[in-house]
Amino acid sequence: MIRVLLTVLAVSTALTGIAGAASPVDERVVHDVAAQLRCVVCQNLSVADSPSETANQMRQIIRERLAAGESPEQVRAYFVQKYGQWILLSPPKEGFNLLVWVVPFVGLGAGLVLVAVVLRRWSRKPAAVPPTPVDPAMRERIRREMSGGPRP
Amino acid sequence: MIAELGYAATVVGFVLALYGAMAGVIGVRTGRADWLRTSERAAVGIWILITACMALMLYAFLTFDFSVRYVAMNTNRGTPFYYRITALWGALEGSIVLWAWMLSIYTLIVVVRYRRRQPELYPWVLSVMLGILAFFLLVMSIPAPPFERLSPIPPDGRGLNPLLEDSGMITHPVALYLGFTGFSVPFAFAMAALIVGRTGDEWITITRRWTIVAWYFLSLGLLIGGWWSYHVLGWGGYWAWDPVENAAFMPWLTGTAFLHSVMIQERRRMLKLWNLTLIILTFGLTLFGTFLTRSGIIGSVHSFTQGSIGVFFLAFLALALLGAFSLLAWRTDHLRAQGELDSAVSRESVFLLNNLFLIAATFTVFFGTVFPLLSEAARGVKVSVGAPFFNLVNIPIFLALLFLMGVGPLIAWRRASAENLKRNFLKPVLAGIVAAAVLRLFGVGNVLVLTAMALVVFVAGTITLDYGRAVRARRRSGDGWSAATWGLLLRQNRRYGGFVVHLGILVIALGVAGSQAWSLQTETTLEKGQSVELAGYRVRFDGLSASEESNHFKVTGAFTMTTGRSSFAELRPARKFYPQEQTPIAAVDYRLGWVEDVYLVLGDFARDGSRATVKLQVNRLVSWLWIGGLVLTLGAALAILPDHRKPA
Amino acid sequence: MRRGWLRWAIPAAVLPVLALLAYGFWTNPREIPSPLLGRAAAPFALTTFDRAPLALEDLRGKIVLLNFWASWCIPACYDEAPALERAWQAYRDKGVMVVGVNVQDTEEPARKFLARFGHSFPNAPDPKGHVAVDYGVYGVPETFFIDRRGRVRFKHVGALTDEAARQRLDSLLEEPS
Repeated sequence: MIRVLLTVLAVSTALTGIAGAASPVDERVVHDVAAQLRCVVCQNLSVADSPSETANQMRQIIRERLAAGESPEQVRAYFVQKYGQWILLSPPKEGFNLLVWVVPFVGLGAGLVLVAVVLRRWSRKPAAVPPTPVDPAMRERIRREMSGGPRP
Repeated sequence: MIAELGYAATVVGFVLALYGAMAGVIGVRTGRADWLRTSERAAVGIWILITACMALMLYAFLTFDFSVRYVAMNTNRGTPFYYRITALWGALEGSIVLWAWMLSIYTLIVVVRYRRRQPELYPWVLSVMLGILAFFLLVMSIPAPPFERLSPIPPDGRGLNPLLEDSGMITHPVALYLGFTGFSVPFAFAMAALIVGRTGDEWITITRRWTIVAWYFLSLGLLIGGWWSYHVLGWGGYWAWDPVENAAFMPWLTGTAFLHSVMIQERRRMLKLWNLTLIILTFGLTLFGTFLTRSGIIGSVHSFTQGSIGVFFLAFLALALLGAFSLLAWRTDHLRAQGELDSAVSRESVFLLNNLFLIAATFTVFFGTVFPLLSEAARGVKVSVGAPFFNLVNIPIFLALLFLMGVGPLIAWRRASAENLKRNFLKPVLAGIVAAAVLRLFGVGNVLVLTAMALVVFVAGTITLDYGRAVRARRRSGDGWSAATWGLLLRQNRRYGGFVVHLGILVIALGVAGSQAWSLQTETTLEKGQSVELAGYRVRFDGLSASEESNHFKVTGAFTMTTGRSSFAELRPARKFYPQEQTPIAAVDYRLGWVEDVYLVLGDFARDGSRATVKLQVNRLVSWLWIGGLVLTLGAALAILPDHRKPA
Repeated sequence: MRRGWLRWAIPAAVLPVLALLAYGFWTNPREIPSPLLGRAAAPFALTTFDRAPLALEDLRGKIVLLNFWASWCIPACYDEAPALERAWQAYRDKGVMVVGVNVQDTEEPARKFLARFGHSFPNAPDPKGHVAVDYGVYGVPETFFIDRRGRVRFKHVGALTDEAARQRLDSLLEEPS
């Protein structure tokens, strides 16, 4: 997925309070992992975006785990282990969940086919098209208008 | 006393609405005008009653009448004056009243405008509108009564949700609801047309302006919502694919599709069945939107509440959709297309594709929003679907729509010759490619961003090309500069109104692409006197101060921001502690700019003020979203001006 | 006519969607089942407000009632606090341990909370939220019931009542060691 926000390490000042870990962690990786997790208290924001305290702490935990040598997948798996699949902002692409990823594209494809069919049908229509049935009320209006009656 | 009066007003209103709807039907069937008059008077009476309800509620708010539950839940003695007024629509019950009030106003406008002009359709239109009003008045009477009493009377109220104490929240629901309710009118006309059997193009011509106005207010409501999210919620974003955001977005998508496909019916008499389907879908989605917000079946940051109200909305949604689609099914014989096409490369096909992509986006958003429910129903597993999914599927669709936006207005009807294509598109396409190449040279690597920018330039190119040509043609035929430029806009206001609206969308697209691609952020903890730097901005932490406000306790951080040169600003983000909220609310401080915004959020802090955690963001091109909204406003205004050539 | 039934396909297509939405009334989107049930409880090693060590390992063999709370959690944590103390007094001699973990809080208000309710069971702060995340905590209050073998058996979301505590603890006590 496209990286939505680039995170830049604050260069000029020592970052006190952030990890203080031996191996510096790339903030972008932290952000990437955090962006895949749902913030549990704010509903519909990612852990990366959420300003809540819980999200802050989760980001810190992500940082610490990455610094300790875990891979992003392992960190993600840890959260899934503790919170269930629900914590992932996107359902994992397997089993039933594949539906949500596949159906929209299938729908779009089907739609394109439909549009093509309709266009063909319109192009092949014979020139002489039977006129729509005109109901009596319409006939009356036409008569009135033709004889210079009031405009509708 | 107030409560009893108000409650009586809603019940009487409900009965009146039912009676009025039936009277209208009887009037048509028997041909007796006096029944119709009754129906009209009912509409007037309902408006008076709902206005009275609103007045009573306002009175209760302004006099701190905590015996009314709604007042007690949404204000307290510390709530500032203007927020006590806007609290009227700040929560569930009040929002229904607002919705009903707008509907009643629209109904009155329908009465005044169409009673003489559309004698055949009018009674049915009125009955449908009164029927919808009856539903909302029913909701006001039973599951969501705004005048419910509280006993014993609390000494002080709970207070407004602090997130709602903001200018955005004053206008956002109003605009949004004007949009939602606005679509009832074309829907009512569509139903009338189906019932009467006059399924020609009439109902479309009549409701053209309604559709544009409703669409415009919906767009405005969505943009204001984005603005509110951006400057209040503290995460620096404007759209989160929240289920309720999605619920408002879907009718906008189908409404846009409808706006375009009616043009085909007007010009070429095709797509009649489809247009009726679209307006039914749009109206249904406006109901679905309110259903989602109020039923609590899908968790969301917006959800008002749970309770029986969801059942009412679902029942009405079912009634409306099944009824409308059955009517449609009954009348399909009347809906034969009358035009034909010479080639698949034509404006008709572009419009068809436009509709296809908009519907595909609607479907995607809908499917993603209800998928958690589906997953739970099918196998008992709760999953969540969030931004990554919606972005992945919708971005290509929106890019395709951008492209179509450039092609559509210029390509010929029926058949576009190679000559026509070259004349209209060669230069803009080249311009787009050049733009992409230039950006690539400047280091932009992301394919999606390059495509988006290329398309923006392409569409801008087509608009400029067409307008420039038209101006030159007018000049050649003797018009002065002012007539050739402004006069042209006014004379062909429909066409150029549409162009300006497209331009507005373009500006918004630019803002979205830029902000997604080029925004930066960093998070750090600062000691007093320390600074953090990002993209040329240096922010120094100077200290904290605490203050007691009328209804909350506030801790404000003092930060000095300097850019490369000497210019500096003081940023004062705060954390507000409201007694009725469990966690503090962030008050963001920001400096907006044409190209970039600087955005500072205060996070955790040490009690003695020696240390604070901050999130600093430099968001690019976000202001263009709001600018685009302004352009959109101009375009919509232009498009609904009365025609100079023919009578409205 | 040939297309007679087809025209009714559209209204019919609406029905399954409505049915799905109706199903939504029976579910609660905020209720997420815990994946930890039946699995080994995550170990923790904290320091209580009385500066004593508190580790899950030391409690092996006892039934543990693990409660997550915060002083800003109004009214639920305040509602359940007396019930927790009562449960502690009633069950401490039966091999049950009641432990409180204070999350996202600061020392002063937390101590005031403890003093107000006179909690005599150990309470420890979890300053970085490690323990909270280890137990998949969404918010406060949440209470976990851990059996003698160290497995999480129940999760109670929201204020704990005397009734609920008694029910859970009794059922765990009945199990053979």
